[in-house]
Amino acid sequence: MQQTSGHTLKAFDEDIERLRALISQMGGLAEHAIGEAMRCLVQRDVEAAEQVVAEDKKLDVLEIETERRAVQLIALRAPMAADLRDVVAALKISGVVERIGDYAKNIAKRVPLIEGPAKIEPLSLLPEMARIATGMVHDVLDAFVERDADAAIRVCERDQAVDDFYDSIFRALLTHMMENPQTIGQSAHLLFVAKNLERVGDHATNIAEMVYYAATGQHMADRPGKSAK
Amino acid sequence: MTPNHSTVTLPDPKSEEAVEPPVGRIPKMSARGVSVFYGDKQALKDVSIDIHEDRVTAFIGPSGCGKSTFLRCLNRMNDTIPSARVAGKIELDGEDITSSSMDVVQLRARVGMVFQKPNPFPKSIFENVAYGPRIHGLSSSRATLDAIVETSLKRAGLWDEVKDRLQESGTALSGGQQQRLCIARAIAVDPEVILMDEPCSALDPIATAKIEELIHELRGRYAIAIVTHNMQQAARVSQRTAFFHLGELVEYGKTSEIFTNPREQRTQDYITGRYG
Repeated sequence: MQQTSGHTLKAFDEDIERLRALISQMGGLAEHAIGEAMRCLVQRDVEAAEQVVAEDKKLDVLEIETERRAVQLIALRAPMAADLRDVVAALKISGVVERIGDYAKNIAKRVPLIEGPAKIEPLSLLPEMARIATGMVHDVLDAFVERDADAAIRVCERDQAVDDFYDSIFRALLTHMMENPQTIGQSAHLLFVAKNLERVGDHATNIAEMVYYAATGQHMADRPGKSAK
Repeated sequence: MTPNHSTVTLPDPKSEEAVEPPVGRIPKMSARGVSVFYGDKQALKDVSIDIHEDRVTAFIGPSGCGKSTFLRCLNRMNDTIPSARVAGKIELDGEDITSSSMDVVQLRARVGMVFQKPNPFPKSIFENVAYGPRIHGLSSSRATLDAIVETSLKRAGLWDEVKDRLQESGTALSGGQQQRLCIARAIAVDPEVILMDEPCSALDPIATAKIEELIHELRGRYAIAIVTHNMQQAARVSQRTAFFHLGELVEYGKTSEIFTNPREQRTQDYITGRYG
């Protein structure tokens, strides 16, 4: 059900919009952090990687601010129905986006640890995997802002591609480690990077479920036309 | 052991709806196609609702939506308005209450009412409660009358506050106490249904909380229907909510669903504060 018009009490609209803007801002930061961490990884840019680690604090601050505003909004405005679902979704999404930021930080922290001149073939697959995962984060937060349940479903459907990437990178790295035992350290780090990206995709899927519920009042698993697993 | 989702026991989503009647159970009151006219003006359009005992049904909606008009149909209070005309069928335990053979005095004993403004009689606290049972012949002796008064005041949560001054005037009590006295007065004739028309709108938050707690206590013993302008109150005290707008029943469903996921746009707009 769409929100037809604004609240009679205009300040209520402003509060909700501010909350949504915070989520968008967090999403932008998390997306940028993943992209930047991956760039540092590929280009071995240790200095910029430190910057990514440092900037994660911004996300922590924004998460706390989102929580503060959401609690305040519930206390002062007593939101109902779609408004209430929106606020609860914002509260949950902010926690998940903060977690995505942690994965970016974790990837960036591995940049200085991946030493050695040897070119590890699976590394070339990681940026594309990261691109799909961050694309999911980007699109799912757009879906939240637009209250677009269909867009949220489309995001979920892309998670399989990320999982497939993970499986093939996992196998490639395993083979690489067996054939080049001297690169096991590097390869293990790349395996963690792949795992982190796989988790980013999972989190985007979780957000998609929250967006779907906020927009429709129904859980995605119960949606009409969904075939039972 | 690894957690397995299929073995997770979720709390029964119906537990809060423990009063859910089995399908096909006959409702305490049932309204079918009820319309009300004040002169030429139609105040209520073709409303059908079932009211079950063991649960509280709240009627919400903006002023003039017909919710109070509908409530007043349930014990024929609209009879007192000369220009009012009621069409449709309203049953209490399967008996048509709109029929001319219905004894209205008897009906109002079975379907009691509590009003917006506390309206105790200008008599003693005891007499306020004893009046109904006495005229309905429910008490054969002074002792039974005393017992009825005590039980009613206890059920209304007022006994401890007034037991030592039952002969004082009911109008000397505070607003919240007066309203509980009116509830005790309604209870005293052993009704089956209690109708409440904005029972807390003249009360402060503490008195309101006491009335809400009382509604919660009384649920199960009486079918309760309450009209309220306070949506939070409807959310707090009721298990079913009916939303009226412009004389129509727009939506009727579980309170938990109406306030988290209403089906109708008009309900959504109203409960989220979007009616300009």
